[in-house]
Amino acid sequence: MPDLSINFAGIKSPNPFWLASAPPTNSGYQVMKAFEAGWGGAVWKTLGVPVINVSSRYGSVNYRNTRMAGFNNIELITDRPLSDNLKEIEEVKKYFPDHAIIASLMVETKAEWEQIIRDVENAGADGIELNFGCPHGMCERGMGSAVGQEPEVLQTIVGWVMETAKIPVITKLTPNISHIVDPGLAAVRGGSNAISLINTIKSIVGIDLDTYAPYPVVDGKGTNGGYCGPAVKPIALEMVKELAQHPEIQSTPISGIGGIETWRDAVEFMLLGASSVQVCTAVMHYGFGIVREMESGLIDFMNQKGYETIYDFVGKALPNVTEWKHLNLKHKVVAKIDATKCIGCELCYIACDDGAHQAIRLSEVGGSRIPEIIDENCVGCNLCSLVCPVEECITMEQRDDGTEQVTWHEKTLANTIPTTFDDDRAGGKGHFVPKVTDALKK
Amino acid sequence: MAEYNKPTTEKEFEENFAQKKPLMNTTEAFYESSRCLFCYDAPCMNACPTEIDVPLFIKQINTGNTTGAAKTIFESNWLGNACGKVCPTSELCEGACVYDGQDVPVIQIGRLQNFATDQAIKSGTPLFSPGADNGKKVAIIGAGPAGIACACELRTMGYTVDIYEAKDKPSGLTVYGVAPYKITNKEVLDEMDYLQKQLQFNIHYNSNISTSEQLKELEEKYDALFLGVGLGATATLNMPGEDKTNVVGAVEFIEELRMKQHKVAVPESVIIIGGGNTAVDAASESARMGAENVYLAYRRSKQEMGAYGFEYQLAKYAGVKGLFNVSPLEIVGEEKVSGVKFIRTQNKDGRLAQIEGSEFVVACDMVIKATGQAKQGSFLSLIDGLEIDGRKRIMVNSENHQTTNPKYFAGGDAVNGGAEVVNGAAEGKLAANGIDLWLNA
Ligand SMILES: Cc1cc2nc3c(=O)[nH]c(=O)nc-3n(C[C@H](O)[C@H](O)[C@H](O)COP(=O)(O)OP(=O)(O)OC[C@H]3O[C@@H](n4cnc5c(N)ncnc54)[C@H](O)[C@@H]3O)c2cc1C
Ligand SMILES: Cc1cc2nc3c(=O)[nH]c(=O)nc-3n(C[C@H](O)[C@H](O)[C@H](O)COP(=O)(O)O)c2cc1C
Ligand code: SF4
Ligand code: SF4
Ligand code: SF4
Repeated sequence: MPDLSINFAGIKSPNPFWLASAPPTNSGYQVMKAFEAGWGGAVWKTLGVPVINVSSRYGSVNYRNTRMAGFNNIELITDRPLSDNLKEIEEVKKYFPDHAIIASLMVETKAEWEQIIRDVENAGADGIELNFGCPHGMCERGMGSAVGQEPEVLQTIVGWVMETAKIPVITKLTPNISHIVDPGLAAVRGGSNAISLINTIKSIVGIDLDTYAPYPVVDGKGTNGGYCGPAVKPIALEMVKELAQHPEIQSTPISGIGGIETWRDAVEFMLLGASSVQVCTAVMHYGFGIVREMESGLIDFMNQKGYETIYDFVGKALPNVTEWKHLNLKHKVVAKIDATKCIGCELCYIACDDGAHQAIRLSEVGGSRIPEIIDENCVGCNLCSLVCPVEECITMEQRDDGTEQVTWHEKTLANTIPTTFDDDRAGGKGHFVPKVTDALKK
Repeated sequence: MAEYNKPTTEKEFEENFAQKKPLMNTTEAFYESSRCLFCYDAPCMNACPTEIDVPLFIKQINTGNTTGAAKTIFESNWLGNACGKVCPTSELCEGACVYDGQDVPVIQIGRLQNFATDQAIKSGTPLFSPGADNGKKVAIIGAGPAGIACACELRTMGYTVDIYEAKDKPSGLTVYGVAPYKITNKEVLDEMDYLQKQLQFNIHYNSNISTSEQLKELEEKYDALFLGVGLGATATLNMPGEDKTNVVGAVEFIEELRMKQHKVAVPESVIIIGGGNTAVDAASESARMGAENVYLAYRRSKQEMGAYGFEYQLAKYAGVKGLFNVSPLEIVGEEKVSGVKFIRTQNKDGRLAQIEGSEFVVACDMVIKATGQAKQGSFLSLIDGLEIDGRKRIMVNSENHQTTNPKYFAGGDAVNGGAEVVNGAAEGKLAANGIDLWLNA
């Protein structure tokens, strides 16, 4: 049985699965229940300046019959009294001394930061997370993402915190910024022990077609919210990778957040450099029980690969995430249809003909609906294999022999890149396209 | 012509008994598992006698962790593969699935269960290992689902386990009794093999325990005993003509069918007497063996049949004709059976009454008696202090399955009077934990 325990910037936890600071960590009751269910740590719902919440607070993007493929909220930080939260942190720590409790904090002035840090340290928190991410409400008051979007301000506040804090400090970043490295660097330069990301993405999930107001509707009006859930995972993964690859940030532990629901999601974050993961939406959807699937899947993955600890594979995909210019231009794949699996939906045909490169033709055999790949036209884009509803029916076969390797970067150095608009050396030259008027025959 | 031709080869037999719940392919498993809502306090789980964490294993399948899914299943149910195929799921887990309330097809839990366990068995992926030897020994009588489940569970705790089995194959009625269109012999035995390889319990085949001396010996040699003896042979009808050639018991008929398959000759006309699941199975099977006229004769009405509705539908589909409110009086014929004499019945103020003068004879070449299995009374009476209830079931403490002779624990059909494989699996496991607690008290 592999060892799932982690030491995240000094915060110890029996496994890498933490609850993100959000409604699931609103109370001691919930955190305790979560630890019972198998979660290794919890970032407490953000404590800080007093707030008042609205009703309702959540909106959702349903994709066909899948509920909450994306989730959005206009909730603020905790609206429960600080003293109650502190008492509960202390109580949970008594029952679960080996689990991680991280206090998420958001206040304004230096004095407030100093005070609240002492408070949570006295309550027994194992770490602190600075919430510089909330993209609604709090930013209007100069906190949350308003800080996360101003690297200098962020660095100053991290500096204040580091002066006082005796326990490890994690800085939580907002994704509502064009270059995530800037706040990442500011956090590291301010002295933060670790970074977590992402917080929610500024969003509007939909408009009520009768009341003309965005969801969630509060008395006829709405506001932008924070987007999270499965839909945001790709954005979060990319941002985690950006930081994990940065020379000045890479030695700082990263806690990955955003759309994590299954063991696969968690492992993906880890392979890109996260050494703990945090979950909010999936727990809001299914409850704490999902951690059993995550843990079982992680163990199975580690057993299969022969890993003994999390650290055996954290960041393992990073060397393979490179810049576009370093990709091998000689690598060539072509789609192949397994006729024994094809069910004849012809989605691959229409996707390729209308949406890609006209490299699939319908069967010319009477009665057959199994399309055929036109090898010469196939650029190996993958589209058909992505739309095909049958598992492993369309696969991408390698056609180059793997011996040649040329990248754009090398071509640039060798001065062989195409330079004029009609340059013979450009990629699409010679690629088949049907006659324009063929479209009229269809 | 009958619905089915008489099978003459193994292949034809397999076609006539095509699997009712065939194995899912990866795509189907993915789609089906994607539909599961991951209900909290899931009704499907609560409806499973072994309380398999259904939403968890379905989510594991959905995320590609089929090994984890198989583990989740076997952790609760040692016969997880067989159960996925033979459980009356519409009465259990699937019958409880919340989709039913939306009039949307329920999740095919049994087939998903099979999808995961089948992969583990076929690939031989080890999921369990015996516990460190604790120096204690348990004897199990009967290698049916209850005995096997008890053995597996005890092995994980480090007990040495010897199973004594009268027949020459493990799994009891799973291989000898369940209808062949639910599970093949190979599927049953592969699972047994898979379990035995991992957990290394010993099975002594052809070892019928039938004397006090044998029992004394076992009592001396072992720290505890588990009785998983199931039920006995088909009960007699106590009716004239029962001794004629071609009058057989349903359990015996089915056992022969499972073992000899297409080599069993079923004549043109068969009458099955009874209204329970075994009767309906025997009827279904006769029809699938190519018998032209198959009558299921039950003394009460169709609505009062003990058999599950879906089983009867399946039998009708195979060509079985129901004869209701008919009570057999006599099996007629010379040496060999030539028919059954019935009398019509009706429900009179809640009581079944024969209608005078309504006697009639239905011709047939074979009679299958399916009016229940006799209990293991005479064997059980050899055990000191073992109490059985009015219906000849072994009495146990429902929490630990200990009998009134503290050294003996029991489970399965011998305790519940005849239920399903999954109940045997659940009770065998419960008893193993009971034994462990008792020996360590
Ligand atoms: C015709 C028929 C169809 C069925 N169909 C289904 C179905 O579709 N689905 C389902 O879930 N269930 C079905 N069942 C029920 C199911 O098979 C039983 O509930 C289950 O097998 C009971 O398990 P058990 O371990 O208690 O007993 P058994 O399976 O009866 O096993 C008992 C074992 O003990 C051995 N034994 C008995 N006495 C001794 C002794 N003195 N010494 C040594 N060995 C002994 C026997 O040889 C046998 O192998 C069916 C039953 C029948 C009869
Ligand atoms: C209703 C709701 C409230 C949240 N409140 C906070 C908060 O108080 N502090 C914080 O740092 N993040 C908060 N978040 C953001 C989450 O912690 C998390 O970063 C984000 O939801 C992405 O993870 P997910 O995709 O698993 O939900 C909140 C998210 C939701 C949905
Ligand atoms: S998308 Fe897949 S299944 Fe559909 S026609 Fe193409 S190859 Fe066949
Ligand atoms: S063991 Fe049987 S009842 Fe239990 S979940 Fe599986 S198929 Fe359903
Ligand atoms: S009741 Fe149905 S939908 Fe709910 S968890 Fe069980 S199988 Fe899934």
